[in-house]
Amino acid sequence: MSPLLFYFFAALTLIFGVAVVANRNPVASALCLVVSFLGLAALFVGLDAYFIAVVQVLIYAGAVMVLFLFIIMLLDLKAEERRKINIPAYAGGGLVAVAFVVQLWMVLQKFPESHSPFPPLALAYGQASVDDVRNVGSTLFSVHNLPFQVVGALILVATIGVIVLSKRELK
Amino acid sequence: MTLTLNHYLFVSGLLFAIGLGGVMLRRNIIIIFMCLELMLNAANLSLVAFSRFNLVDGLPNYNAQVLVFFIITVAAAEVAVGLAIIVALFRARQTTHVEDINSLKF
Repeated sequence: MSPLLFYFFAALTLIFGVAVVANRNPVASALCLVVSFLGLAALFVGLDAYFIAVVQVLIYAGAVMVLFLFIIMLLDLKAEERRKINIPAYAGGGLVAVAFVVQLWMVLQKFPESHSPFPPLALAYGQASVDDVRNVGSTLFSVHNLPFQVVGALILVATIGVIVLSKRELK
Repeated sequence: MTLTLNHYLFVSGLLFAIGLGGVMLRRNIIIIFMCLELMLNAANLSLVAFSRFNLVDGLPNYNAQVLVFFIITVAAAEVAVGLAIIVALFRARQTTHVEDINSLKF
């Protein structure tokens, strides 16, 4: 990925990420989150992870965001009215986030390996890019088959849980 | 100037910090939930960057990408359950503001 494209999509992801936090209207927040996820999917393409990028767009920017918007509109949430803000709590929360970034910056400066550029891929002759979906699929179904089955059971449990939770009265 | 692993890790860390700040600063439970999704995605970005950086036989390390796939699946299940809980909560209390939901607060 050319550095220019990287900076563009990284800025897109981060700016709309900030907009998610800064917006008062939940619908606007959700739409900013969609743009942020699309920027992230573009960064995945830049890292030669085409399958993950497609899954990101389908599941996050598609299914999950539709679910969010559906719930926001079902509950008919309006933009929040301003309330008395608790200054120490806000300052504390902001401080934790800023301290995390500073710490990360210092760690990355001291980590010599990560300053070298990405190594080139060893592609077969005439191949334009990696055979991504095939490789992810064969790893998923051979090396990680048991976790895959467990995730299937997890989704079943989640589905049943959602049905139980949304019954009108719990017995 | 070429891209290094540092670039991706720092973007991932910034995205995580934005999500963390959102969870700490916002009081709307749905927005807090969206910020959780941002933090999960930040973790995914660093996993994919490491996968591309540590090549195995000249190809990305696909174990990391399978892990990202699992994270996305679990996050989707988590969103479904969490939003069902929010709907149940809204039915009981008619609010999504976390300061109005403090029965369990010590």
